[in-house]
Amino acid sequence: MNSSKPMINVALPKGRLGEKVYDLFETAGYPCEGIKEDSRKLIFENPQAGIRYFWVKPSDVAIYVERGAADIGVAGKDILLEYQPDIYELLDLNMGKCRMAVAGPKNFRDNTGRTLRVATKFSNIALDYYTSRCREIDIIKLQGSIEIAPILGLSDVIVDIVETGTTLYENNLEVLETIVPISARLISNKVSFKFKNREIESLVKKIRKNIKE
Amino acid sequence: MKLNKNINLKQEDINILNLRHLYEQYGFVHYKMNKFEEYDLYVTNKDFLAGGSIITFTDTNGKLLALKPDVTLSIVKNFQDCPDTVQKVYYNENIYRTSKSTNTYKEIMQMGLECMGDLDIYHISEVLILAAKSLAALTDSYILDISHMGILQGFLQEVKLSPKNEDKFLTLLREKNSHGIHALFDSLRLPEEYRETAITLATTYGSMTNVLKTLRSISLNETMDQAIEELETICDVLTMQGFTSIYLDFSIVNDMSYYNGVLFRGYINGIPTGVLSGGQYDVLMDKMGKKSGAIGFAIYMDLIEDYDTSLEGYDVDILLLYQKTAAPDKLFEAVQDLTAAGYTVQAQRQIPKKLRYRKLMKFEGGTLKEAYEHEFQ
Repeated sequence: MNSSKPMINVALPKGRLGEKVYDLFETAGYPCEGIKEDSRKLIFENPQAGIRYFWVKPSDVAIYVERGAADIGVAGKDILLEYQPDIYELLDLNMGKCRMAVAGPKNFRDNTGRTLRVATKFSNIALDYYTSRCREIDIIKLQGSIEIAPILGLSDVIVDIVETGTTLYENNLEVLETIVPISARLISNKVSFKFKNREIESLVKKIRKNIKE
Repeated sequence: MKLNKNINLKQEDINILNLRHLYEQYGFVHYKMNKFEEYDLYVTNKDFLAGGSIITFTDTNGKLLALKPDVTLSIVKNFQDCPDTVQKVYYNENIYRTSKSTNTYKEIMQMGLECMGDLDIYHISEVLILAAKSLAALTDSYILDISHMGILQGFLQEVKLSPKNEDKFLTLLREKNSHGIHALFDSLRLPEEYRETAITLATTYGSMTNVLKTLRSISLNETMDQAIEELETICDVLTMQGFTSIYLDFSIVNDMSYYNGVLFRGYINGIPTGVLSGGQYDVLMDKMGKKSGAIGFAIYMDLIEDYDTSLEGYDVDILLLYQKTAAPDKLFEAVQDLTAAGYTVQAQRQIPKKLRYRKLMKFEGGTLKEAYEHEFQ
């Protein structure tokens, strides 16, 4: 570890959102050369700005931060709700906006006489939502292509992230209920927040100024 | 306590000895307990254990027993009220809990202390000082964060949230999630003053003097006033003792049906989760039929061991190589000469592949000689 100035380790989610997040960090005064060039390199650092970025799978960001391999990171609220990592959620970055929703066939009527079958990647969120409404459900955990489940009769409805609704529309599905709005959040490891407090608080302050409403 | 200086102790042993010495200096008595406890004790206080299942088994007489998932409950159970005095104990025990990450049972080594009885500010301050001193004994770079449940209790009395919303608020508070608190309070149409106080509680973090200044300005009622006053007195004692790594953080929250008063967490630089956890739990005492108050803390020694990097040293000081023909009694004498000089020794006929040794020697013709690796390759 650099003793003169502590480096902040930032886990960025690979992909379009991650690049937008990096732009936000760059305008806030934490640039890093070569990070957006197309290469296989995963770690980039700028010692002058005291920052080290690395690209990780979006759903892994919370794990890197919770375990302290990254001091801070950017993760979607969906991941935070699903895995409930023990971290600080410092900022709503107001980007990557979408919503967690229940979707099903158009004109879907919930038959309350039997257990509702729900296909989803987000089993904890689905379970929490339906438990809070005292509705008994059967969770069918899938890893992708959730939309196909109600079409093939695997499930009655799905719980998934909806951005524009185009995929749903093209598959004759529609949003039935919104569970919670989702956006990207700046998260911090609880112990890093204490030992690198000055650096992290000043970063948060600078980023906050640059968040678009 | 006298130690033979020649003994090569492992860092984890040194840590335990240092802590034992520290607690005994302040009059804490060692408390040894059974690995088993009646299951009933834990069922009636399930929330205190913060979830997780318990390993149970049936004793030969048909009683249901459990491998203890917690130390505090057993100590409280055996405590007897006696007015105007306190009982001070420390322990070093293994407990059994489910690990959050693997969802399997795990053995966890805990060291800690409890001070039970007619508590006053002195005792509370002493326990906090011992928490800080424990961390200082384990590392050069530590932080002790202190909170006071009275402040939060006072705030909640004023705001009157429904149990469900209170839960939501406490989760947001633990996450220092100011935008979430903002949204929650706005959706409940609560006055702006409450919202801002809540955000201040979540985000304020810093040295005792700085935070206390902020605190005085946000107090809403007498409960908060009292808690702030108590915290001020305690902080005065800590400041007088010259502790600089102690901070105030009100995002530390624990179950209010067990805890009241000060609550604290300790962190060591390089370990990504807290290593020390403690607080005042008069409410638990009351639930278990005791009239006294109590405060204590526990240190997760296995975490410290897991992240210990000092293991990268040597296994032995001297690797002594001998030939098959060497006389065993003479060889043993040679080994004993070396141990008497304070070295750790391993005698072998070949150099073992993964052994890390400081110095290589050989036993040849009845005498000890220096040796070099290339001679044996």
